[in-house]
This record gives sequence, C-alpha cells and structure tokens, in this order.
Amino acid sequence: MQSTQEHESNAPALREPGLRGWLNRRTGLDTLLRTALYEPIPGGARLAYVFGSALLFIFISQVITGIFLALYYVPSADHAHTTVAYITKAVTAGSFLRSLHAYGSSSMVIVLLLHLSQTYIYGAYKGRRELLWLSGCLLFALILGMAFTGYLLPWDQRSYFATAVGTNAASEVPLIGESLKRMMRGGTEMGTLTISRFFVAHVFLIPACIFALVASHIFLFRKAGAAGPVNEHPYDPKLKPELFYPRQVLMDLSLTALLIIGLGLLCFFVPIQLGPPANPADAQYVPRPEWYYLPIFQWLKYWHGSASVIGILVIPTVLVVAIIALPFLDRGIERRPWKRPVAMGAYAFVLFVLVGLGLRSQYVDKHDPGVAQQLAKQKTEEGEYMHKPFEPELSSASLAAANAALADPLAAKGKTIFEAQSCNACHGDGGVGTAAAPALVGIAAKFSPEQIAQLVKNPNTKMTAGGMPPIDLPPDDLKALIAYVESLK
Amino acid sequence: MCASSGHPEATTQNLSTSGPSLDGRRSFLGALLGVGSVFVGGLLSVPLIRFALFPLLRRTTELKSSPVGALSEFSPLTEPAMRTIQIEQVDGWRKAISEKAVYVTKDKEGRLRVLTSVCPHLGCTVPWNKEKNQFVCPCHGATFTLDGSRVSGPSQRGMDTLETSVQDGQLLVRFQYFRQLVPNKEIIG
Repeated sequence: MQSTQEHESNAPALREPGLRGWLNRRTGLDTLLRTALYEPIPGGARLAYVFGSALLFIFISQVITGIFLALYYVPSADHAHTTVAYITKAVTAGSFLRSLHAYGSSSMVIVLLLHLSQTYIYGAYKGRRELLWLSGCLLFALILGMAFTGYLLPWDQRSYFATAVGTNAASEVPLIGESLKRMMRGGTEMGTLTISRFFVAHVFLIPACIFALVASHIFLFRKAGAAGPVNEHPYDPKLKPELFYPRQVLMDLSLTALLIIGLGLLCFFVPIQLGPPANPADAQYVPRPEWYYLPIFQWLKYWHGSASVIGILVIPTVLVVAIIALPFLDRGIERRPWKRPVAMGAYAFVLFVLVGLGLRSQYVDKHDPGVAQQLAKQKTEEGEYMHKPFEPELSSASLAAANAALADPLAAKGKTIFEAQSCNACHGDGGVGTAAAPALVGIAAKFSPEQIAQLVKNPNTKMTAGGMPPIDLPPDDLKALIAYVESLK
Repeated sequence: MCASSGHPEATTQNLSTSGPSLDGRRSFLGALLGVGSVFVGGLLSVPLIRFALFPLLRRTTELKSSPVGALSEFSPLTEPAMRTIQIEQVDGWRKAISEKAVYVTKDKEGRLRVLTSVCPHLGCTVPWNKEKNQFVCPCHGATFTLDGSRVSGPSQRGMDTLETSVQDGQLLVRFQYFRQLVPNKEIIG
C-alpha cells in the first residue's frame, strides 16, 4: 500500500490529496477539463460564437426527450397514433416532453441556420477548415433527415399526408426516383413498413451518424482552432487570444439558459397538437410540410414536365455542390464580408429566394378560398381531437372485436350454444384454448364440418381421455355450433 | 481533443501557465456555473422523472366494475339468475373486452350475492340444474347449493363470490379469477 502511495506521488503535478487527486490520477480529468475549457479564441469571446454550443445542447435535449418518449411509443401503423395520444393526453408531463421534442426540432433548424450563417458571413470556413465545413454540411443534411423522419412517427393526418407528399417528391428524381420512393416507403404505398423504416432511421441510423460527425466536427474545430473575428487572419491568427473559459462559456450557457426558458414556456403554454389518426382514404386533406420545408415545397410546384429535371435535379445539385465545395472554391484569405461582394451577394440571393418561396407558399394558401377553408377545417379538427379524452385501443383479442366479425347469424347462434354448453369452460372464450383443452381456432383448415360433427357426437379415445363428453344436440343447433367453430380464426 | 496545430498550441501553453490557474474569482465563477447547471438540470429532469414514473404512481392496468343489472330485477329471486357481463380490462394504452357468465343469487340471510360461473375445481362453467335445485358441474360432477356452498364432488371449496357494489340502483361486480384446486379462495387476476 505504502509503496503504491510513493509510486503515485512521483509525478509532482499529481500530488493533490483527497478524492479529487485520486480521480485525477486515475482519469486525467483535470487535463481533459483544461483542454476543453482553455481553448484560445483569437480576439476574445463574442456573442456571435454561441450557436455551436447551443446546437449541441438542443441535440442532447432531443436525445434525452427522444429516449423517454420511446418508453411509451410503438412504431406500427395500428398503434403509433394511440401511443402518441396516450403520451399526450394520459401520461404525466407527456404533452410537455413531446412538445419539447417537437419544438426542439424546429429550434434546432433555426439555430443551425444561424450557426451556418455566422460561419459563412464571418468567413470562418477559410484556412485549413475544409473538412470542418464538410462535416458541418453533412450534419445539416442529417438534422434535416431527423426532422423529416421524426415528423411521420405520430401517424396523424398532418404527418401522414406531409410524408406522403415528401416521399412523392423523391420520386421526381430522374431515373432512381421511383426506387428511392419505394425504398423510403418500404413498398409502393405508405403503411406500417414506412413507420418501421422511418423509426429505424430516426432512432438508430441517423443519430449514430450524428454522434460520429459531432465528435469529428468538434475535433476538427479544435484542430484548426477558433477562427476569431472577421479581421483575423484565417491561417495565422494574430489577435490577442482569450480562453474559452470563463467569458465564452458564460455567454454560451446564457444563450442556452434563454433557450431552455423560451422552449419551456412555449411547451407549457402552447403545447404541440396531435391531430386525428391518419386516414389514407381522406381525399380532401390538404397536406402542408413543416415551415422549414415550405420553400422546397413551393419550389417543386413550379417544375413540371420536361423542365422538371432542371428544377428538381440540376439547380438543387449545383446549389448543394457549391455549398459543400465552398472552402475549396473560395481560397482567398479575405474574411471581411464587405470585401467579399460575390459571397455575400450569393448568400443574400439564396436567403431571399428561400424566404420568398416560404412566404409565397403561405400567401397562395391564404388567397385560395378552397385551400384556406380546408386548412382552417383541419386546424379545427386537430383542436377538437385534442380536447377529447384518451380512448384506449380495443385489443384485437377483444370479444367486441370478435363479435363484430360474426356477421353470419348462424355462427352467432352457434356462439350462444358454445357458451350454454360450457364448451368455453375448457376450450376457452372464442375457442382460444386453455390448459384443460386445445384451441379450436383454425380448426376449419383441418377438419370438414362433417368430421367436426362426428367428433362432437362421438369423441375419439384421445378426446374422451382429455375429458370431452359426447354432445347430443338437435341437428339445427349442431349446425349452428359447427358454423361458429368453423368461423374461429 | 487537442489543439496541436502550431500556433494555437503555443498560445494554450502560454496562457495556461500564466493566466488561468484556478484563482479565487475563477473558481467562484466555476462553482456558480456548476451549481447553476446542476439546478437547471435538476429542474429539467422533473418532467422526465414524472413521465417515467407515471405507471408507478397511477393505475395503468385496471379492471373496471361491470354492470350486472338493475337491483329491482333481482328482488323476486327464487333461483340463481345467470347474467353475461362485459369485462373491460385496461392495460396501458389498450383495453380488452371479454364476456363472462355470473350468477346473481341470495345468501342465507337473503342478501344479494354474485357468484362466478367458473368451477373452483378445474375451471369448467357450472350451470344451474333446475330439477336438482343445485349447481352441477358438467365436467367432474361437483355440486353446490343455491348460495354456492359446496355439497359434494371433487371441488375443495364452494363457488367463489365476487366483489359487488351498487351505483344508481345498478348492481356492479368486479370479475376476478381464483386459484383452482385449493380449499381457500385466492385471487389470481
């Protein structure tokens, strides 16, 4: 013991006594903390740099709320909506957590756009930061993928039809479009396989990629160093640096706290709605995507026929390639926005087009009386559904469900005989079987009605040994009983 | 994560040795941030904990009482009246409805009592035999009196009574299953 003590105290920096010292010697926690907090920021801390940390916070919040929501959620077309309704209407704090998750996704897109804009305007992608920018672009795409896949999961009218339109849009891609749509939907139509696919993408695949990319994004950021203000040199920083801790940490945490308070108040006072369950047969429903997809939604409206290749493939591809390749194309060391008219002009133009398309979409909806009326009606229906108390889902094994299936009056009569003769005592209600006697469900596939009649009147030795008595019934009653037994599936 | 590109590294070393040793003001700020973060984190975890503990604090699986009929229906009772009741069983976000036969009868003091039709021997459905004025199980011949007391046969106890209540003149019953082949009534679900 003593020799260990001596051995440990050899390194003078690690001689700190107590639990903290012990923990440091075992984990190197102090070094880790120092590395994390003492990141130099050329030119000092600024409010403009807070968006990255805020994004990380919202992402963590999305992970936690998402895990908790999965406690009650079931990803299948026949249970998804019921379980989300259960979360929203029955479970304590369920509406709040679901709202936090749903509004969280919107706020993530907003903060992501701010983070991207700040990086672009400050020219912070310049100087050995190509991979940092690239990983950021991929993260952007993945976050939009999270928003798209998560949107379907409640399986209400709104999410169902928005996703139907979204996956349809994918089929407009030349050559591979149709396969792409089928790949996303898990078939030609939207159904329970679509939910499974979206759920797996939303909960396993995309988050795994995001975790890996966030780690590389932070690593690459630390490797290249903080870019600092616009008058700083992108390769060779000259301004007096200030460490990340404490002022920048304080700013980051302040914005995060503001975000928490804002989101919390929003979720408390304006909880997110859940509409009536998806009804694929509803031909009236007017689908509208979430606000951040409105510009794309509006854009796609303008391209039809042979020109659609340009609008749906060529222009978006050029734009995406230009964004991804930005640090490779723009090699100049000038970072001041007012000295980069082309870059700033392009930014303003893209922003103008996106905002314009979004607003146009809203304007068109408001000024089309048919659409406006239908959208208002959908909103009212959502509100009405929210006010109804939670109604548990009737399990398929339920008697009421079984009775509804008994359309044949002869089989219905047979059911009363089945119960009056106490057949259900051993064969179970609905012939599901008990410890005393085997199930009768599906017996029609094995025996003809005549064979069953014979066995009921004169049970074989095995049946008699199991306690089955011979049943003596008038022919009409026997016929009804067999009709019922044959109907058990 | 390391800031190992030439320049920033030099800066880090420079600053970490001279500037930010954990002096009083900084460690106070650090403690403040720590306490603040723990406080906010704690506050945020309240809805999470309540959400996760919901099934522990509320009944999420419940067996609702089922209506048997109006009390007045059973006042001139001379022999056990068989009624089929609908049992609604809630299990989280789903519910199952099944039907069961029960007997409304009278005990020795003339009070209403509801018996399950499940035989306490091996679970067969016991019918009322008018001629014998007894319950006679068709499977193994256990017999019971009008109020469900055991008369003869393999059953080790009388027919099981169910918990009843009266609401707005309606007789309600809570259906339950009991262990078979034992001398005393034991609830199994």
